[in-house]
Amino acid sequence: MAVPKVCGTETEYGVVLRGAPDPNPVLASSVLINSYVEQRKVGWDFDDESPGRDARGYAREGTQAPEIETHLVNTVLTNGARYYVDHAHPEYSTPECADALELVLADKAGERVLARSMQAASRVLEPGQSIVVYKNNSDGKGNSYGCHENYLVDRAVPFATLVRHLLPWFATRQVFTGAGKVGSENGAAPVPYQISQRADFFEEEVGLETTLKRPIVNTRDEPHADPQLYRRLHVIAGDANLCEVATFLKVGATAVILAMIEDDFIDAASGTRKEWSLAGPVAAMRTVSHDPTCRATIELADGSRMTAVELQWEFLRLAQKYADETGLAACGESVGDEVLSRWESVLSALERDPRSLDGQLDWVTKLGLLEAYLERDALSWDDPKLSLLDLQYHDVRPERSLYERLVRAGKVERLVDEADVRNAITEPPGSTRAYFRGTCLARWPESVVAANWDSLILDIGGDPLKRIPMMEPLRGTRAHVGPLFDTVNTPAELVARLTS
Amino acid sequence: MAEQQRRQRPAPKERVEETEELPASTERGEKLKGELDDLLDEIDEVLEENAEDFVKSYVQKGGE
Repeated sequence: MAVPKVCGTETEYGVVLRGAPDPNPVLASSVLINSYVEQRKVGWDFDDESPGRDARGYAREGTQAPEIETHLVNTVLTNGARYYVDHAHPEYSTPECADALELVLADKAGERVLARSMQAASRVLEPGQSIVVYKNNSDGKGNSYGCHENYLVDRAVPFATLVRHLLPWFATRQVFTGAGKVGSENGAAPVPYQISQRADFFEEEVGLETTLKRPIVNTRDEPHADPQLYRRLHVIAGDANLCEVATFLKVGATAVILAMIEDDFIDAASGTRKEWSLAGPVAAMRTVSHDPTCRATIELADGSRMTAVELQWEFLRLAQKYADETGLAACGESVGDEVLSRWESVLSALERDPRSLDGQLDWVTKLGLLEAYLERDALSWDDPKLSLLDLQYHDVRPERSLYERLVRAGKVERLVDEADVRNAITEPPGSTRAYFRGTCLARWPESVVAANWDSLILDIGGDPLKRIPMMEPLRGTRAHVGPLFDTVNTPAELVARLTS
Repeated sequence: MAEQQRRQRPAPKERVEETEELPASTERGEKLKGELDDLLDEIDEVLEENAEDFVKSYVQKGGE
């Protein structure tokens, strides 16, 4: 049986410090996060981190837990998220969510956290200075930063099996995950506009790197859970989405694919292995991204050719069969059904007229805006104004974000209520261990010495610090520990009850 | 790249083959066009100034 698809996103935001003579993005990111964290900061515990561990079964020479650089901010929020400086970007890792709809909410709450951070930072910066962040993946000059996804996956599935199915999956899902980009980068053929912000940056099929020679399938093996039972698939081949429909489908459909792989449904159902392998997955990433008509074909290993949408239909038909025969319990039963129905309507629309997805998918929505300007102002595609519109679409400040303008004009479909988003800025999802983490932080911020995905360290006074392992992502939920929290008043009582 | 043919007037330099529209859709098209124009005007108000310099100055370090 497929394991529940506990999932999250990890978004690096573009960051600019304006008005400073020598702007330092690391400093700007630190100021941003520090300004937001009004309550006492809880440090991140790096004990279980090993980003050099490879899912193919070996550790890179010299790999060790990253050094804790004390000047780099690294904090945990009461909603269970991790908010920190990664390289030269503020990064927001959502709390673990139980399904794609919860993740849409958590991901959107992350945008609001960044918006509030900018406001908070404006109060501590020098007059005339401001920090601005963008939820995109490229500066248009060859520098890319990621929006990663993570999914809980059964350790029993051979990694090679995941790779085999995920290469065609990632290359073709771009038709709905793309955030749209003016131009091309990193040596890719020139195009006026392309579907994905990221496609130009993938150079390998499989690998451990995330910053150089980026692989389509990333092998980072940090389960942040019982390593005997689980992997945590780390996906780097996706765009940062603002459209909720795009995030929903990106995560929801990928979760369904992973569940099918775990249940050995794809191979067993159709013997499709041969037909679906791509002749050149890296080239296919670009081919798909560079064609906003969605008509370009990519070559399969058997020499035949299909469009990305046609290949997506194959995946969807299998997923529908899987839902009928097995159910979608691993993806949240009703949410899984919503994913399949949205997936079908989006593929139908892509086939008929991709422009009809204006307001659902980022790349189409942005393209609509750009073309409106092209026409009104009689611009050509190389006009810097179009690059500005592209960039400012992703501006996270509500008053400057062009995406937000389109939302306010009623041109973008939303899947979650803004009241729920506001709530998710401080409240953890109740469906995963994020509930335990977030609730401890909210109730006893002074006692939580450190936290990470799979443990929490409490100072309950007197005794040595208490480390509470949280190796099972679906324990520590509201249903599981809510009653316990109702009956304890101090962290010491909590520890006593947990260890009794 | 496919041309968008339904919502827009043909751009001056481009010939669009399908020019016939039903009267009802013209009316609806005009309304949509008006809404879009208003929206673009609104966006003009918040767009950063000096697009070329602004875009040029947006430089990030690679991440991940």
